[in-house]
Amino acid sequence: MNSLRIFFVGGLTSYRALFGWLSPWILVPTFLFTPLFQILLFVYIGRTAGVNDDRFFLIGNAVVNAAVPCLFAMGNTIEGERSAGTLPLLIASPAKRLPLFLGRALPVILNGFLVAVFALVTGTLLLRVDLPPATWGGIAVAIAACSVSCTGLGLLGAAIALRVRQTAVMSNIVLGILIVFAGVNVPLAAMPGWMQEVARWLPMTHGIAATHDLAAGQRLGDVAGALLAELALGAFYAALGLVLLRWLEWESRLKASLDMA
Amino acid sequence: MKAVRLVAVAWWLQLKMRSRSAFDGLLSLLYPMFFATTIFMMFRHGGAAGPALLSAAVGSSAMGIWSAVSTTAAFALQTERRQGTLELLVLSPQPFALLLVPLTLSMATIGAYSMAATLLWGRFAFGIDIAIADPVAFVLSVIVTVFAIAMLGMLIAISSIRYRSAWALGAALEMPVWLICGFLVAISDLPSWVRPLSAVLAPTWGVAAMRAAATGRSPWADLAYCLLTAAGYGVVAVLVSRVMVHSARARATLALT
Repeated sequence: MNSLRIFFVGGLTSYRALFGWLSPWILVPTFLFTPLFQILLFVYIGRTAGVNDDRFFLIGNAVVNAAVPCLFAMGNTIEGERSAGTLPLLIASPAKRLPLFLGRALPVILNGFLVAVFALVTGTLLLRVDLPPATWGGIAVAIAACSVSCTGLGLLGAAIALRVRQTAVMSNIVLGILIVFAGVNVPLAAMPGWMQEVARWLPMTHGIAATHDLAAGQRLGDVAGALLAELALGAFYAALGLVLLRWLEWESRLKASLDMA
Repeated sequence: MKAVRLVAVAWWLQLKMRSRSAFDGLLSLLYPMFFATTIFMMFRHGGAAGPALLSAAVGSSAMGIWSAVSTTAAFALQTERRQGTLELLVLSPQPFALLLVPLTLSMATIGAYSMAATLLWGRFAFGIDIAIADPVAFVLSVIVTVFAIAMLGMLIAISSIRYRSAWALGAALEMPVWLICGFLVAISDLPSWVRPLSAVLAPTWGVAAMRAAATGRSPWADLAYCLLTAAGYGVVAVLVSRVMVHSARARATLALT
């Protein structure tokens, strides 16, 4: 029961307290304005370069924007505690780490999902892209899978934040890697072999590919493999993050370096 | 002469500080390069070659100059406030707007590093032939664009003096300016209502001048417009700074974060 309370109440409290982007002055430009302009930028560049259609860039750039809250908010779960001077209190608490950190991931997943859905819906209307209503449900599932997997990667970032100070720089670099590798603006098939191999191990890659397939008319069952791969990757990164958190937490206590990163 | 010395000394100091910052130094270099890499891959995938690829390389490398200024300039005064140096700047006998020129100029200079790095990345990683038709005019165009973007950054910095979360505004301006200033997309391809907005933004003319110099056309008219718009920003910034700084001093809100 206590773990459930930590998971739900603790997670929501942490999200509201530590993620300063919930202010409308940050939320609107970051979660609503920027994703739309990223879509427009790449749609127009795509037209200039003579590659793909508007729908390809709309889907890739809308879905990848789910990664923004997933990466930055999770990084902030540690960095924010450190800034507030509450990191030692958190580490000293006897609360089980699994509900403690996974609870913090839940609101972030929802945030990422909503950002991508807003970008996709608004982009579809602005660009007059044809996304048949029959595909919406499947696409929503694919976006949710991407948000889950990216939050797994964000949890790994949160663990690394126990060691590095500049979590914003780290999250920006990870976001940049996703934009280049995850098939956001260039189809995987058009990438060199080594990039395709890297992409297979990144969140978003399988989810974005599945979203393209769903938009093209495939059914949810047809892309189940890709979505399961996406979720498995998320679970892998989350597990890695939790193990790393445990180890770095132990090491920080040993070296008394919690507040010194 | 005193003003030139002030700008030069403060620019060098700011440049050294920013070069050691992970956010201003490393990320300003890397982040636009992620976008440039994607763009090079898109143009390659589309079969672009020769002048089209060169034009894309120039445009995507110039993105770094704006990228280095947009977020950081919007946040510049908040940073001074946190450091406790905003009051010292306001108390200085020099015009406040002039004191911000070296700040944003140092950001744009880091953007010029990013531009050079992206061009080299395009050359060596993607084999793009960076054959600049008029190298002297190209370098001059880069210098003028760096200056003009710094002036735009100064205007943004001053305008956001009372906005605590100004970094979000600056970050949100990054991609719209890349789009509407024709860094990679011809302005004629954008909706007609966007074009007047493009015309009052100095990067539009700066990038056009760079592209003209790179491909052997005359960049001088574009450079003149670029300087004219930059001067316009300077005048507006001086006027805005008087109003904003007076308001902050009168309400005693300078140090309030």
